[in-house]
Amino acid sequence: MKFKLSSPFKERAASTIFLVSALASILFVALICVFLFANGVPAILKIGFTDFLFGTEWAPTDEPAIYGIFPMILGSLYVTLGALAIGVSVGLLSAIFLARFCSERLHRVLKPAVELLAGIPSVIYGFFGLVIIVPFVRQHLGGSGFSIFTASILLGIMILPTVISVSEAALRAVPNSYYEGSLALGATHERSVFFTVLPAATSGIVAGIILGFGRAIGETMAVILVAGNQARMPDGIFEGVRTLTANIVLEMGYATDLHREALIATGVVLFSFILTINLLFSILKKRVVK
Amino acid sequence: MIGYYKHAPFSLFLRILVSLAIAITVCTLGFLILYILVKGIPFLKPSLFSLTYTSENVSFLPSILNTVIIVFGSLLVAGPLGICAAIYTAEYARRGNKIVGLVRITTETLSGIPSIIYGLFGMLFFVTFLHLGYSLVSGILTISIMILPLVMRTTEEALRSVPDSYREGSYGLGAGKLRTVLSVILPSAVPGILAGVILAVGRVVGETAALVYTAGTVADFPKGIFSSGRTLSVHMYELSREGFHTGEAYATSVILILVILLINWISNKFAKKIGKT
Repeated sequence: MKFKLSSPFKERAASTIFLVSALASILFVALICVFLFANGVPAILKIGFTDFLFGTEWAPTDEPAIYGIFPMILGSLYVTLGALAIGVSVGLLSAIFLARFCSERLHRVLKPAVELLAGIPSVIYGFFGLVIIVPFVRQHLGGSGFSIFTASILLGIMILPTVISVSEAALRAVPNSYYEGSLALGATHERSVFFTVLPAATSGIVAGIILGFGRAIGETMAVILVAGNQARMPDGIFEGVRTLTANIVLEMGYATDLHREALIATGVVLFSFILTINLLFSILKKRVVK
Repeated sequence: MIGYYKHAPFSLFLRILVSLAIAITVCTLGFLILYILVKGIPFLKPSLFSLTYTSENVSFLPSILNTVIIVFGSLLVAGPLGICAAIYTAEYARRGNKIVGLVRITTETLSGIPSIIYGLFGMLFFVTFLHLGYSLVSGILTISIMILPLVMRTTEEALRSVPDSYREGSYGLGAGKLRTVLSVILPSAVPGILAGVILAVGRVVGETAALVYTAGTVADFPKGIFSSGRTLSVHMYELSREGFHTGEAYATSVILILVILLINWISNKFAKKIGKT
């Protein structure tokens, strides 16, 4: 066998290729920002900033057309908050179970199950909501079944894996001495976990909730299939609602001119929400690491 | 056990609460999968596998082919790019390198962006600006950006889990940096990288929102990489939205669920392999 040192040229070329590949993600984020804002912001200015964001009527086919996305902003927020109410309560308690209440063997079964929950495509969740949750709500709670409530339940299920895995990691990061100290003072296992370990993991758990918020507000296909999609101010949790994401997908197929730009501007509003959420998340995560 | 809780009813309540929560989580998953399999399998008729698509038979064979093309295409783009990028951040960059910090922030940003935003961007950039039209290639490029952070993160973790003694051994034998990376570190990180790549395949198979306005929704066999085609998930979405073919939608969801189960199982196999070494 012959050993040969690779030439300095080859080494330099390779390290340049690796560096350039690493820079690609920076380029992509820049491209996404530039293209979204360049195509969306002019429409917002044309329609008027407050008319667009706080206009309560969306009627793109009227003469003259009215573009107010406030109903959709509210729709997204209601559905997301509903999802958090369900996803966080069940998810956080599940995370506590996984981190502190189950044996190694049980954990080896439950953890992949939670990961599988994250792997199921959103269109399958949407279909499941359509054939199970919508009829259930229609029969037992009234209305058409396509509602804020239905979408909240479905999204609550969908953000479970996010909330669970981030919260579990946060709970596991709490030093064991906290738990042991509490036990030594005579508290039961449950009280020790809930009143010493849980508070110590707060910032990590909040980071998980924020991430879940981002997932829920950005979810599209599942929500379209169960939320009803009426573009009007939401009234009541058993009424239909349209989210920002649904607005884009439903009308992009046939929209032209200002209507199309207004849809891209809807995307810009959503994107701004997401960027803010990501920023909050990374600030909190830094605090956890410290 | 009961005796333990006799004087601590509140603790018993807390234990019941957490057990209930995990039961809800697991049962939801079990119910969802079983329901779709039980209701869907009877609908798997041979007509669904017809070689020509008509609005009568709604054959999903073309969609399956489109899915395979998009999966391989996006792996071909995002795989090498993500692995090279991870090699830079894990092996080449020094500690506290400013570029790596920026790369990390942007990858996190990319992984937080919802797929509909990728879809919008793909439509504006690949479809309109680069004049690629609604085509498989637009879909592939859009999806590649979407799975890039996943490939990068898992590859970087796999590279970092290779013990330093491997590097020292390789340098000690006189190998250069490039040779060390390519023939010592990368091969031992392969299971971890594969676990990540397979997860990425799962993301692509399940993706809908990023593809509707990039790869389009044509339900027929593609004539080439520049023609439009719907993937299985997009097909599934169209079927459930129209509401005329509920049976076929069930059948499609069976295929999707089976693929996802398989992918998760394989990925876990590979991930376990890393744990052992």
